[in-house]
Amino acid sequence: MGSGRWSAGVIPYAEMGYWKPDYEPKDSDILAAFRITPQPGVPPEEAGAAVAGESSTATWTVVWTDRLTSYENYQAKCYKVEQVPGQENQFIAYIAYDLDLFEEGSIANLTSSIIGNVFGFKALQALRLEDMRIPTHYVKTFQGPAHGIVMEREYLGKFGRPLLGATVKPKLGLSARNYGRVVYEALRGGLDFTKDDENINSQPFMRWRDRFLYCMEGVNRAQAATGEVKGHYLNVTAATMEDMYERAEFAKDLGSVIVMIDLTIGYTAIQSMAKWARRNGVILHLHRAGHSTYTRQKNHGVNFRVIAKWMRLAGVDHIHAGTVVGKLEGDPNSVRGYYDTLRLDHAAADPVKGLYFDQDWASLPGCMPVASGGIHAGQMHQLLHYLGEDSILQFGGGTIGHPMGIAAGATANRVALEAMIKARNEGRDYLAEGPDILRAAAKHSRELDIALSTWGDITFTYASTDTPDAVETPVSV
Amino acid sequence: MRITQGTFSYLPELTDDEIAKQIAYALDQGWPCSVEFTDDPHPRNSYWEMWGLPMFDLTDPAGVLYEVKECRKAYPNHYVRLNAYDAHYGRQTTALSFIVQRPPVEPGFRLDREETSDRRIRYTLHSYATDRPEGERYGDPL
Repeated sequence: MGSGRWSAGVIPYAEMGYWKPDYEPKDSDILAAFRITPQPGVPPEEAGAAVAGESSTATWTVVWTDRLTSYENYQAKCYKVEQVPGQENQFIAYIAYDLDLFEEGSIANLTSSIIGNVFGFKALQALRLEDMRIPTHYVKTFQGPAHGIVMEREYLGKFGRPLLGATVKPKLGLSARNYGRVVYEALRGGLDFTKDDENINSQPFMRWRDRFLYCMEGVNRAQAATGEVKGHYLNVTAATMEDMYERAEFAKDLGSVIVMIDLTIGYTAIQSMAKWARRNGVILHLHRAGHSTYTRQKNHGVNFRVIAKWMRLAGVDHIHAGTVVGKLEGDPNSVRGYYDTLRLDHAAADPVKGLYFDQDWASLPGCMPVASGGIHAGQMHQLLHYLGEDSILQFGGGTIGHPMGIAAGATANRVALEAMIKARNEGRDYLAEGPDILRAAAKHSRELDIALSTWGDITFTYASTDTPDAVETPVSV
Repeated sequence: MRITQGTFSYLPELTDDEIAKQIAYALDQGWPCSVEFTDDPHPRNSYWEMWGLPMFDLTDPAGVLYEVKECRKAYPNHYVRLNAYDAHYGRQTTALSFIVQRPPVEPGFRLDREETSDRRIRYTLHSYATDRPEGERYGDPL
């Protein structure tokens, strides 16, 4: 009992070995960057050590049973603490976790460790998980996207442009027969996909089986009308796995190319559905329902870039990831970071995009980011500029609200998109000339002309609550 | 009807000058071009006939456009499409694909429905053109 480390009672986490400023992270370590706001009087190193401790082996007091283990291996190590530029009481704590701490291929296990208990810890005023580096050793234990961007494009036979979608509106209340009408009109007008909303499951006004039958009538009619492959994201979200499997099997049986789930079903259910989707050749769309409850506030929660990483590992083919220009939260640089995280095989650390670590995906397929919420044809140049070609642009109101009808709304979006791609490929400065390109395209498309005069000036310009702040050089403490 | 496969089917038909600009873009990206034709435009027909091999070493847009024109001449009533291929690691798939000729009349597809149990329907897309033998579908003589 000579050394302080094993004296009974409470000793600081830093002294228990959770603060290791000289530690060199191993290639196989899982790394995490936490934004910590310590309680007054708690030094940042101690706060970082506490996060490392509480998210790995520690409890609040010394336990002799640690001595039965090779505890140095299992202790997470806070190896660096940096002050956040311009924020006196916020610090980024970098923590390394040995690979042995985690079960292979399990998001539930990974998250139970990293965000399990520690977010309620009293010594911190607030805590936010900003980013993680998942080593390829761990990446390779996950299935990853059931199909990925390349396979999805080949399966649909659609190349060289973003895909177009729309969420059926109104969200609630349509009967199955009326609902299928919206699907048919939007798809025959030129969209590639239509979509159930997150809260369309199986309610008194429309039960799931009836919806699936009418939607597939609409999908097949639109395929015959256009000679293109079309899809409707049939939302199979339900109360139990058994219900979800039943609905997904039925969707597959009807020939749907895609099904959909909500983030609210939980990580394990998402991984189960991803395995089902690969086994059955059905694309898997994920709606990030509920994420803003913990991703939006800058000092507390989990940054969306971490959720994006987990969902690519978990194996979804599509995930909503922000629009920049639409009605929902999304700073341009942060959104770039999310899109890079989802699509690239190697995403380099970039403080401007909020990426704290290099991330290698070791050929895990890319995941298609979906832009949805308050976007319209008049923003096509901005959407293409900010979001790129491998994305899905979802125009709900911007399709269904068209004065000439749903099919016309769909056509307006498709004409605008194709005109913008053509102009970009021709070498034009399409971002600057976007409005001119759209007006020229509208000369041969009355649908686009009306869309531009209806929505041309609508913008949602509010300050973002969540922006990367690491533009200044971080100061080590 | 008008088949809307490919990247630019909702725009007016591209002129040869406009096609050449798209070819130049593809070649600038390092994407070799290829020309394909068919008289079976079913959306699940992945394999249109190849008008020769992909032009891996051709870097002049005029050369690619020449092959488009030759293919049109040989098959004036077929669909012809131009593809650009991205062979980069992690991609290795088609990057751009658009129709550069379509038959004067496109009869389209009939949707066949087979009513099965429990209100389920099996759908089949039936191309009117493929009722006739290959080569005679859009008025081409054999």
